[in-house]
Amino acid sequence: MTVHVSTPTGQAPTGLGRWGRLALHAVLLTGTLLMITPFLVMLVVSLIPQEAFLARDFSPANFSLNNFAETFRQVPFGRYYFNSTVVSVSVTIGQILVSSLAAFAFARLRFRGRDALFLLYLATLMIPFPVTLIPNFLIIRGLGWYDSYPALIVPGFFSVFSTFLLRQYYRGLPMELDEAARMDGASSLRIWWQIVLPLSGPVLAALAIFVFQGVWNDFLWPLVVTTSVEMRTIPVGLNSFVGQYSTAWGLLMAGSVIALLPVLVIYILAQRWFVEGITLSGMGGR
Amino acid sequence: MTLPSEHHRSWRRWRPDQQWEGYLFILPSFLGFLVFVIAAVLFSLGISFSHWGLTGFKEWAGLQNYQALLRDPVFWRALGNTLFYLITIVPSQLVLGLAMALALNQALRGIGFYRLIYFMPVVTTIVAGAIVFRLLFSAQGPVNSFIEGAAALLGFGVEMPNWLGSTRYAKWAVVFLTLWKNTGFTMVIYLAALQGVPRELYDAAHTDGANAWQRFRNVTLPMISPTTFFLFVFQAIGAFQLFTEPFVMTRGGPANSSLSVVQYIYFAAFRDIRMDKASAMAWFLFVFIFIFTLIQNRMQQHWVYYETSE
Repeated sequence: MTVHVSTPTGQAPTGLGRWGRLALHAVLLTGTLLMITPFLVMLVVSLIPQEAFLARDFSPANFSLNNFAETFRQVPFGRYYFNSTVVSVSVTIGQILVSSLAAFAFARLRFRGRDALFLLYLATLMIPFPVTLIPNFLIIRGLGWYDSYPALIVPGFFSVFSTFLLRQYYRGLPMELDEAARMDGASSLRIWWQIVLPLSGPVLAALAIFVFQGVWNDFLWPLVVTTSVEMRTIPVGLNSFVGQYSTAWGLLMAGSVIALLPVLVIYILAQRWFVEGITLSGMGGR
Repeated sequence: MTLPSEHHRSWRRWRPDQQWEGYLFILPSFLGFLVFVIAAVLFSLGISFSHWGLTGFKEWAGLQNYQALLRDPVFWRALGNTLFYLITIVPSQLVLGLAMALALNQALRGIGFYRLIYFMPVVTTIVAGAIVFRLLFSAQGPVNSFIEGAAALLGFGVEMPNWLGSTRYAKWAVVFLTLWKNTGFTMVIYLAALQGVPRELYDAAHTDGANAWQRFRNVTLPMISPTTFFLFVFQAIGAFQLFTEPFVMTRGGPANSSLSVVQYIYFAAFRDIRMDKASAMAWFLFVFIFIFTLIQNRMQQHWVYYETSE
């Protein structure tokens, strides 16, 4: 179950000479340039006042933070940040707790109907998101949750995928651990909390990062269930900003930088965890 | 994604003392499952077979919503665009992702740096990415300026399109955005697969006198074919459901030329308040994805190699 992403040992024999390596570096650097250009354009344009931008004058002498100040004046980014943080943290914790409890039961408890229910769970993995989008919107509205935190958070507590991933992992832990603990009089809840959870640290961390960045970047659901400025998450807020200032590029880029910077900083600091989390989860825990 | 073999002797037998515990552990998850999946699916099916507007249920409609869809030129347009996204994005992403992974799988300096950069768009908020690409592909934007400048240097002139204003090219701008955003994901998954190919196979092929291309063709490709299959299906399902990229970048325009099916579902449900039409479309899409996946599953036995591990 370990995902090894960056082991320089055990690779295919390169058989590349010095020139081959140089050529490869040239190709990789071109790729780097293509991937990073959008970020650079975003940064440079965010620092350029509108007049200089229209005159296509990108000299660093013009750089200023005015666009950022103006963006913060026009858009409540602080509020968007707060909402995105509250929603992402709550969904991540809630989803992992709920999925982990269910996964523990599916993997390590024996009760009637367990396997049939799990199969039913798996079968629904096939259903695409657009099918449940409309009824879930109507259900949320019916519950009186429209345009509120519960609308953004509660549906995220449940995930077939996370349950499946954790169940696969819990199946792999030795059953003897539970049996020994039961001999000592431990309850199932205690076995889950004190044995199974501590043993699944890496997989929980990987899943947490996967869930967190998925919720943080999610766009369609918060777009559908919120309407007031106060309830917007960062992607939805950024999108409405596009509607208002479709060609005020300096402001739009400043907004994008504000939206991205913290995520990218965390990503660069914790890169290994991001890559492993997404690889592991992306491959369904194989 | 195979389930591990059932190796506990009494695994399937249930235990009375764990009967209620099991249900209690599952309860929170099951409630969510019941409401947001089972009820939602049935609800959606019901809406798709009724007339449903601003005030809710009006009357049963039978197949009328589905029949109306088949006569709706915009729906066919959206379906065509979605297929366009599928056949442009999925293969290029597989090829580019594999090429990047192969390059990064070499013993080179700076691999960590390249991977850091290539994966950066994957963690980027897609709305921010779409905003930058609006600028990059604007009429006098960086992409056009760069290509025109490069062409001028080489001594010929090119006329670059106004990408986002063109019914022909808007889709392509969406494709480029999606490739930029997602190729890093494909790369990282391929990289993990490449590192799982046993070294001995390459050594043996080398001893048999296979050249680099033959080793790639006869060792690497078959060994990573399960990953290719997984990525192909995964990316295709993603392409069927493309929404944010065209929504933020082009709003589906001009003249619906970049409208995707999910975008049309969104507009039908939440702009025109036609929940019935939107639900019928969602089911149409589901059936489409289902048939597609089924066909791929059938076809995989011809090209996917599964190692029988003992």
